[in-house]
Formats: sequence, C-alpha cells, structure tokens
Amino acid sequence: MSALAIELVVAAVQGTVGLLAAASRPGRGWAFFVYGATAVASAIGFLTVLVFLSSGSPPAAVVLPLGLPWIGAHLRLDPLAAWFLLVLHLGSAAASLFALGYDAEPPRPRAVLPAYAGFLAAMNVVPLAADAFSFLFAWEAMSLFSFLLVLVHHEEGENRRAAYVYLLMAGFGSVCLLLAFGLLAGRDGSYAFADMVQHRLAPWAAAAVFLLAVLGAGSKAGLFPLHVWLPLAHPAAPSHVSALMSGVMTKLAVYSFVRIVFDLVGPSPWWWSVPLLVVAAATAVMGVLYALMQHDLKRLLAYHTVENIGIIFLGLGLALAFRASGLALGAAIALTAALLHVLNHMLFKSLLFLSAGAVLQATGERDMEHLGGLVHRMPATALAFLLGSMAISALPPLNGFVSEWLTFQAILVSPALPQPLLHYLVPVAGALLALAAALAAACFVKAFGVTFLGRARSSAVADAREVDRFQLAAMFGLVALCVFVGIVPAGAIGLLRGVTQTLAEGAVLGEGWLTGWLSLAPAGALRSSYNGLVVLSFVLFSAGASAWSVHRFASARLVRGPIWDCGYPDPSPATQYTAASFAQPIRRVFGSVVFRAREQVDMPPPGDPTPARLVVRLVDPAWNWLFEPLAARVAEVTERLNRMQFLTIRRYLVLVFLALVALLVVIALWQV
Amino acid sequence: MAGLIDIFAQGLEMLLVVGLAPLLVGWVRKVKAHVFRRRGPSLLQPYRDLLRLFSKDALLAENASWISRTAPYVVFAAVWVAAALIPTFAAGLVFHWAADLIAIVGLFGLARFALAVAGMDVGTSFGGIGSSREMLLASLAEPAMLMVVFTISLFAGSSQLASIVDFVLAGGIGIRPSLGLALVAVAIVAIAENARIPVDNPATHLELTMVHEAMVFEYSGRHLAMIEAAAAVKLLAWLSLIAAIFLPFGMAPGPHSGFGAMAVGLLAWLAKLAVLATLLGLFEASIAKMRVFRVPEFLGGAFALGVLATVLLFVSRGL
Repeated sequence: MSALAIELVVAAVQGTVGLLAAASRPGRGWAFFVYGATAVASAIGFLTVLVFLSSGSPPAAVVLPLGLPWIGAHLRLDPLAAWFLLVLHLGSAAASLFALGYDAEPPRPRAVLPAYAGFLAAMNVVPLAADAFSFLFAWEAMSLFSFLLVLVHHEEGENRRAAYVYLLMAGFGSVCLLLAFGLLAGRDGSYAFADMVQHRLAPWAAAAVFLLAVLGAGSKAGLFPLHVWLPLAHPAAPSHVSALMSGVMTKLAVYSFVRIVFDLVGPSPWWWSVPLLVVAAATAVMGVLYALMQHDLKRLLAYHTVENIGIIFLGLGLALAFRASGLALGAAIALTAALLHVLNHMLFKSLLFLSAGAVLQATGERDMEHLGGLVHRMPATALAFLLGSMAISALPPLNGFVSEWLTFQAILVSPALPQPLLHYLVPVAGALLALAAALAAACFVKAFGVTFLGRARSSAVADAREVDRFQLAAMFGLVALCVFVGIVPAGAIGLLRGVTQTLAEGAVLGEGWLTGWLSLAPAGALRSSYNGLVVLSFVLFSAGASAWSVHRFASARLVRGPIWDCGYPDPSPATQYTAASFAQPIRRVFGSVVFRAREQVDMPPPGDPTPARLVVRLVDPAWNWLFEPLAARVAEVTERLNRMQFLTIRRYLVLVFLALVALLVVIALWQV
Repeated sequence: MAGLIDIFAQGLEMLLVVGLAPLLVGWVRKVKAHVFRRRGPSLLQPYRDLLRLFSKDALLAENASWISRTAPYVVFAAVWVAAALIPTFAAGLVFHWAADLIAIVGLFGLARFALAVAGMDVGTSFGGIGSSREMLLASLAEPAMLMVVFTISLFAGSSQLASIVDFVLAGGIGIRPSLGLALVAVAIVAIAENARIPVDNPATHLELTMVHEAMVFEYSGRHLAMIEAAAAVKLLAWLSLIAAIFLPFGMAPGPHSGFGAMAVGLLAWLAKLAVLATLLGLFEASIAKMRVFRVPEFLGGAFALGVLATVLLFVSRGL
C-alpha cells in the first residue's frame, strides 16, 4: 500500500472507532479500546510518514467519490503534509498512550471517547485534503469535536464561556478561510488545490488572500490579539486533549497558513512579511507576559502556546521576506527554523500538558498557589516537567534551543535583504524574540518551582501519588524525543529537505548542513555551527567529573538539618514565595506598561489585628481595547436589526427583492 | 599526533580556566582593598575559602530534594563548558566549533536556570526572592547580550567566536560606532551576569538587597564551594569573552601554531585579564549599589544600546 493509502486507513480507523464508541454505551473497556486503537493507528501513521519523508518519495494524490458529487474529495500527500502528519501522529500517539492511564475511567465516557476519536480523524484529514471543500469540512469537524471536548466539564460556568468564545472564534476563522479559498478559486470556481496553484491572482486579490489567511489561520493558531479563546479553551478540556489542542491543532493552523501563502498563492511581494513580523513579535512577547501573570498551571501553558506560535510565525515571516527577494538560502533557513519549531513545540508542550494532567489527576488542583513540594510525591512527573521546562526555555542542549538558534541564524543572514524597512524591523523582531525567550525561562522557573518545589501548600498535595506506567511512558517518550531532536537535530532537519525544496525557491540544504560530527552549520562551516551532541556530552562529562572528584577527594558526607532561612525559619508553608510573588518584579517592570498593573496595599493601622490586603489589578489589552468594544458594537447593531423581526409581509418581499438586486449587481461587477 | 595536540590544548584551557578563576577573584578584591586604603586578604584567599568549604560536611534542609544536590554540579559544568568554548590563549581549539556565541549565552542561561530552580527547592522566602530577582535581571540581560552577539556577528559574518577573533585580528573592523555601543552594552551585561556592584553586591550582608546570595542561602560545604567556584569561573569567562571579542591581540590562531605562539597567547591573555579585573575593581570601588528596581532601567539601557548597535549596522549595511 502506498503511504497515502495507509494514512487514509489510519484516519478511517480513528473515525470508525469514534462511531463505534458513539453507538455503544462505553465503559472502562471501551476507553481502553478507543485509546489503544488510536495509539496503534497513530504509531502506524507515524512510521508511514517517516518512511515517506526519509525516502524522499514523490507526492501521491487520489480523488475519492466523497463529499460534493461534482468535486469529489481530492486527497494528496506531499512533503509539507507529511511533515505535519508526522507532528500530528507523534502528538496523538503520546496523548492516547497517556489517556490509557489518565482517562481509564473518564468522568463521562460518552462525551469524551467518540469526540476524541473523531477529533483525531478530522485532524488527520486536514493536511491530506487537496480541495477547498474537503479541507474546510475536515477543519470544521476538527473545530466541532474539540468544542465538544472543551464542554466535557460543562457544569462549570467558566468552561461553558470558554466553549462559547471558542466557537465564535472558530467560526470567524473558518469564514476567513472560506473567503480566502473563494478568492483563490477565482471566477471559474475550481476548488481543487492543484488548479489554485496554476491560477495566478491579481495583486489585490493575492493580498486579500494573505490577510484572510493571517486572520483565519492566525485566529486558530493564537496570534495576538486573536488568541483570546485559546487560554480559555485549551485548559478547560481534559489534559490529554489540551495537549492535542495546544501541541497539534495550533500546528494544523500553521499548516493551513503555509499551504495557502507559500504554496497556493505562489510568489508574494516582500511587504507581506512586514505585518507578519510585527504581529509575530508582538504575539511572542505578549504571550509570555500573559503567561507570567497566571497562577493556573494549564492556563500558563496555554499562554506559552501563544508565545511559541509567535516564534513560528516570526520564522515564516522571515521566510516570506527572503523568498520575495530571491534569497533561497535565507528562506530555507527561516522556513526550516519555523517548521522545526512546529515539531519541537508539539514535543515539549504535549509533555508539559501531560505532566500538568498528571498533577491534576494526583491532586485535583490546577492552581499553583495550592500546590508545592510535589517533587517528593511525584519524582518522575517532576523530572519530566523539569526537562520540558528546560526545552521550552530554549536551553541547550535540548530541542527548543535548536529551533531558536536557527531563527537567530536566519536573522543574521537578513542584512542581505534589499528593503530598508526590513533593516529596521528584523533586528527589532530579533530583540523581541530574545526577550520572549528570556522571559519564558523566568516563567518556567516559576511554574516548576512553585508547583514541584518548596513545601506542600495544601493537603491535596500531601497525599498525591505518582501516576501509572502508561502516563509515565507517554511523558518519558516525549522527553526522549526532546533530547534526541536537541542533540541530533540534523535527523529532523533532513526530513524537511523536500519541503524547503518546493517552498523555498528550490534551496536544498540537506548536504551543506552537516559538517563533521553532526554539527549544524546552515550557511557554511565558517559562518556558525552548533553541535548539540558535543555540548551535551561535554556538560555531562564536566558535571560527572567534578561530582566524582569532589566526592572522592573532598567530603562526601551529607547532613540533614532544619531549614536555615537566615535563622528565622517559619513552619507555615504560606511563608514561601508564591507564583504571584515570584512574578511581582516582572509585573512591576513590564506589566505596569502592558497590562496597566496597579497594586493597592491596605495596611491596617498599628494595633488593628485585621490582615493587610494586597490587591493587584490587571487590564487585558486584547479584551478591554478590542473585543469588549467590538462586542458592545455588535450588541448595538443586533438590537437595531431586531426590529426587522416585526415587519409586514410586503416589507419582507421588498427586502427579498432588494437583496436579489444587490447580489445580481455584485455578480455583474465581478464579471467585468 | 595532531589529534593529541588538539586534545592537549583544549584540556589545558579547561584546567587553566578553573585553576586561575579564584586568583582572578582574589585580584579584584585586592584592587578594591587597595583603593579603600586597606591591605586586603591575600591573593590566594579564595583558594583557601574553597578548600575550607570542600573539607566540610554538606548540610541540607530536611525537605531539600535531589534538585538541591545536583544543581551545584550542573551550574558548575555549564559555566565550565561555556568558559572552555571561549577562546582564551588560542582560538579555534577542537571543541570551539561545537558551539557559537549564541550557544555560549545559552549555556550561561542553563547555569542560571539550574541555580534559580535550586533557590526554590527548600521553600523559603529568601530563596524565592533571589530566584525571582535573578530571573528578572536575566530577562533583560540575556536579550541585551544577544543583541551584542548580533552586532558582532554581523561585522564578522559569523557568530562563531573563532571566526570573530580571526576577523578582528585581520583588522576587519576598525573603529565603528556600533562597536562602541556594543562594548558598553556587554560591559553592563557582564556586571549584571556576575552579580557585581551596582547590580548586586557579592559581599553584602543585608538579605533584602541580595540577589545571587539569597538564592544560595541554604547551601553549605561542597555544594556552596561548587557554586562559588562556578561564580569565579563565570567571571573569568566573561572577562575572557570581552577580551576575545574586543582585544584578541596576541592570541595564538590555533592549537598547531607552535609552542612560542601559545606562550605569547597565554601571557597576553593573563595581561588582558589583569587589566580588565583591575578596571572592574576600580569601577566597583567608585560606585554605590543601586536599588533593585533601578537595575531594570540600567539593564534596559544595555538592551536599548544593543538594539541600537544592531539597527545601525543593518541600516549602514543596506545603504
């Protein structure tokens, strides 16, 4: 069987499993069946695309008699689709494996299991679809199934609101993509991607498609300020679904953007990169600043997804700029950086969400201010979360560092760009990227330190138990991949060869990347090189040698004593630093500008035993300055339109007639 | 044989950076004491302090986890590797190709992350305050440093330190405004990264003003010794870094350039370290420590200078 056929069978199996689970009355056995089947199917799908990418197979296409009768379902597997399928299958295999332990007895099996399998099947079809109808169908199915999963715990009002906002934003995004495809198809209305590639658009139409793709894909991926649904919806779902939504679904939004802008539209003018770079840099910095203000562990992770989407789109924006100026090498480096970060972010974000799910399962708490000291109760989960934190903080020698390093290398090639505006913009974007990376490290010291270190802040933590072997296997599988991609990035980058060849002006970087000892050297060895394997072995050797010689030649005795704390230890765990206090300096420095953070201290007069109170007020710029005025305006307009509900039949007929005339005028103008 | 020389030169560099680091700390203290008209402790006092700490038992809090026990070694190893990747007496040693300047900044980031996490381990307010402030300062110092890296890399066409050294030695840069801005920025970052006055005071006894010292409050014995040694190696690494980028004169071009060139490189490196450490001591003696919330402005200045240097360079390149 060809790779495309196997991928379709995998999607069909996942869909069928979902249907079976919906038709039956699922219990514990069903959960095992659904998660087991989806895990196995994902693993098979992963191996298939791995072979497809590493063997450099030619693209395969097929038309199935499904969907609209006169179109059929066009399906195609090319290197770009295969790369995103690889990311998808890895993420879904890990999530399903984790769920075998986590969701063995889901609270509402009928709500979770069918939607979960359907969600996977729909995500599987998105990269394969090669016509607008199948693509949008799969896209909408993906949104709807994930909407159902967000609603699993619908008895909490907060989750209902999250699902509502999510549905609205998903609808907005789909409309944008629908319009973009409409423009791409042109007057003749050929909705197959193969025809769209042939069809050259007028400059204004191409620009409109680009902007619609930024809005449509960006709202799904979480570009600032369209990210507002993401930190509400992702944490509300069960944790393995959160991992999929953050790790995989946002990546499919990136896929749709790359497919439309890099592939379907064709050559693009350089100025497209300007709005993209601005939005991407703003997204990266805002995402991490929002995350720093959170004390809900899963919401913090969701805001970090926003940050990483910014990093990915920064790479894509650079790739667009390079491609427009015919700088193939730069385009290939930037595109590789962005697509490698797609994989890396899936790996560490899934890992972090799964670890957060383990904490949630063990303690029933998502609020970091009620956690603490979990490293003693859940040592393996703590280690997994720590390594995930180091990867997302872009610390060498883990994988997050490699993709950020490549993005920086792309920025270093950018003086070759001929446009003066980009000469101002690119270094500033690079500075903001560096700022976001440094703030991310601060945020994850906070997240790990407050959740896993220190002393337990509640009784729920004191009784926490380590999670079972399926969950640990899923987490440590992802840890192993984070380390592997970090030390042998050339392996993952080699798989991207086919993608850069088609999308980056034919630049093939496969051979020049690898100098001796698997070093990465994107622009020749003299330019810059990085070798994660040597750095890792060097660090391990130095740490081991120093630890051994200290224990051998100096003292090896360890004495335990009470906490020192400068001589005044306080037994109450409330005296520890909290998430809020950890973030206080950063809130004061950055938040006072970005979020208009204001602190108010009510100190009772001396002798008054009432406690002092500290009230912190934050303003969310996206809600306060964009969405709330917008919602108010919409409410106003609907109030006016409401009168149309009470018209006479004659007036309705007039309205119908006027609408018809208006449409005919539009068509007449379109034909000119 | 060539391989043996490679390994020997790299090993010599690794031993030298560790062996000389306490001496450098002693030198800075001596300079400061001299300015204050004190005799000050002997140059060898940092070695004696380390030996004393190493010979003592390590005392840890009852609830300290494995994080507290491993972090000192991770911190030391990351800093040591970073120092070994910076050209000191010779450029282009065998492992120098494994990491460029961005990766070296990343290794310092790794050391800081490990130490900040360890500061949170026992769950005290002093550990938390230290970690929190350290990460705030890093969030400004690290991007500032990366901007400097950008500036230098754009000049030299490489972010690889060995290539940068070659480029500067070949007279490629000359005097440029961007380079001046970058030098000021890197000096500020180096002061912040090494917890020196005016950002932090390594000799302070007032807890509320501490940053670095507050993080390591719970440490003692060999653990504290490792952290102190790492701090000393870090100071040496930063001074070597500044010397390698801005004053690479006298450095041997590679491990195969002969015994004479290596000896000259070694002497030149020692002289440069002595001069830079003297300047650091004089600067520290002449300035008071800043309030904690003044420091972000100071570091933000370095960040702005770094961005300015890069933009200037981009724009002049484009014209």
